[in-house]
Amino acid sequence: MSNVPSSSAVVAARAPETSSASRTVALVGPPNSGKSTLFNRLTGLRQKVANYPGVTVEKRLGRTSLQGQDVLLVDLPGVYSLEPRTEDEQVTHDLLRGRMDDVPKPDAVVLIVDVTNLGRQLTLAGPILSLGLPTLVVLNMADDLKRRGGTVDVDALAEQVGTPVALVSARTGEGLSAVGEFLQGALGVPRPVELPIISNVPSCRQWSAEVGKRARYRNPLPSIWTRRLDGVFLHPVAGPLIFVMVVLAVFQTIFQAAVPLMDGVETMIAVSGGWLQSALPESWFRSLLIEGVWGGVGSVVVFLPQILLLFIFIGVLEDSGYMARAALIADRTMAKVGLEGKSFIPLISAYACAIPAILSTRTIANQRDRMATILVAPFMTCSARLPVYTLVIAAFIPEEPVYARTATMIGLYLLGFVAAVLTAAVLKSSVLKSARTPFMLEMPSYRMPTLRSIGLRLLDRAKIFLRRAGTVIMATTIVLWFLASVPLQNGEPPEIAESVAGTIGRTMEPVIEPLGFNWRIGIGIITSLAAREVIVGTLGTIYGMEADEGSLELQSALQSDLTLPGAIALLIYFAFAMQCMSTVAVVRRETGGWKWAILQFAYMTALGYVCAFAAYQILS
Amino acid sequence: MTRNIPATLAELREGEEACLDRIDLPEPEARRLMELGFLPGTRIAAARSSPFGDPRVYRVDGSEVALRRETAARLMVRESPEIRGE
Repeated sequence: MSNVPSSSAVVAARAPETSSASRTVALVGPPNSGKSTLFNRLTGLRQKVANYPGVTVEKRLGRTSLQGQDVLLVDLPGVYSLEPRTEDEQVTHDLLRGRMDDVPKPDAVVLIVDVTNLGRQLTLAGPILSLGLPTLVVLNMADDLKRRGGTVDVDALAEQVGTPVALVSARTGEGLSAVGEFLQGALGVPRPVELPIISNVPSCRQWSAEVGKRARYRNPLPSIWTRRLDGVFLHPVAGPLIFVMVVLAVFQTIFQAAVPLMDGVETMIAVSGGWLQSALPESWFRSLLIEGVWGGVGSVVVFLPQILLLFIFIGVLEDSGYMARAALIADRTMAKVGLEGKSFIPLISAYACAIPAILSTRTIANQRDRMATILVAPFMTCSARLPVYTLVIAAFIPEEPVYARTATMIGLYLLGFVAAVLTAAVLKSSVLKSARTPFMLEMPSYRMPTLRSIGLRLLDRAKIFLRRAGTVIMATTIVLWFLASVPLQNGEPPEIAESVAGTIGRTMEPVIEPLGFNWRIGIGIITSLAAREVIVGTLGTIYGMEADEGSLELQSALQSDLTLPGAIALLIYFAFAMQCMSTVAVVRRETGGWKWAILQFAYMTALGYVCAFAAYQILS
Repeated sequence: MTRNIPATLAELREGEEACLDRIDLPEPEARRLMELGFLPGTRIAAARSSPFGDPRVYRVDGSEVALRRETAARLMVRESPEIRGE
């Protein structure tokens, strides 16, 4: 809906049951045409979204079953043309021509356009119709058109384009039955009509103007609200002020409002753990379950409410159209470091997770800019850092004065942003130097985000988070538990310090001691190479195993392990170091080799080490 | 009647409009701009700028597109009164 690739919209999964679908339909349209909203409407909760390396990522697949007719819907990235110049356009181009290995050539195409600007949006119709596939033209945002006094003769338009046309509102669901009928009906090839020279933009635009005129299209009045809101959000004084206030409000809420919810989850985990403890006979298995799984995975799951709150904000900012304005406000900074303004959008979505951010760089035409953006995106504070930051801040930063914790958190976010920008500046003035590419960003109209779309995003996020907790985090905590339980001494588990895990931690202690970390933190740094939040689970498991009775509260246990300078060093280390194997894998794939992935990993880890070292040495 | 003063889009002040004459940029970039509606002969109005003055939003062909000053300076415009009669 917005111009900004939403964190989930860019990410996708391979549907394993692709072959069983009897019909494949591709959803194509320009950015901001409401493609993803329509996709969500049609597929509901049956879409597959994933956030892991190794799954297909350039498109979203969803299925919808209409009266027995099984349809596989493919949501393609928003494009203005079918000329393959960016990665996104290449994907669309290849898929529509059946050149994808994992998705069959589509049996039909749904072209979705924003009917409030029919002339320009229909420029894409020429190239799409010339494919000769059965096509439905969906005119979206019918409610907006009507409200702003525009009209269109749908039948006359269908006559002009030689293929069915449906006037709908994907937001309200109005008129969607026609789309359903098309998806399950008998597919007819478009009746031949006169088409423009498809490689020629002026010709396509002229054609769509002519088609619009014959369909008696009347332009709606400009959106008054968009102009009014821009008057505020882009105001020289109010604009930046609101920008800062939005950021403050987001962080303050994440801290304050999340607390009762997190307490709730914590209680649930503690109660269920206690119940298991008393229900099961004492054995190594109970110990694994309570200390390893409940202590480890549980301490990560506690952060689910906080992460969902963050995503409510990201969702509202993206869906409302504010994100494009934020990109506009931030463009000056991007220009100074030599990056294309478009790079800002992947960097913003990296606040959610670096992986979709790296994938969304596919819209950047300049390869060197794209590379620079990929290399700096993991510095942005992703949601996996949130549990680590929250835990350490809550344990070491006092609650008073009121803003101390929020300020620390914002400081860490800024730190990541500054590291990203400075690294980009260095890259762009040396190895990745290139001519400046023009910045062009379409400003979408402001729209009220719908509960439905935000709800779907949250559900996606919760699924991804819990899946991670149930796979990566569970696996590492179980392995850790075993390593911390061997070798047996007289048939009893050893002190953790004497175990295999403890030995590993103590072996690396000399390396991390100058940073103020002991061997327990060392184990956490090693396990969290898999994913940042694993350190929270690891510490949960270690403290759980060490505690004589019940588990020690994570925060107070941490206080005995770290000094304040050490805690700050740990925060800085996590701000910079690349503790995420999934990102390394995606960078390797997107840059076409190990070279950049390894360089990036080494650089980030070294920067994290050096800065944490400096911070600890100066502060203590 | 036609005052042939060479001017670029970057010189338009907020609220002013003009007719695009040609795009002085290499083919791929010019094409991208054309896809966004910047076709020669189209009327373009300068709207709000970012709070820091650059980039600026332009109203073109029913939508709003932000361009940096350096890009807008490569878009040559004719004075708009000539095309007002459309």
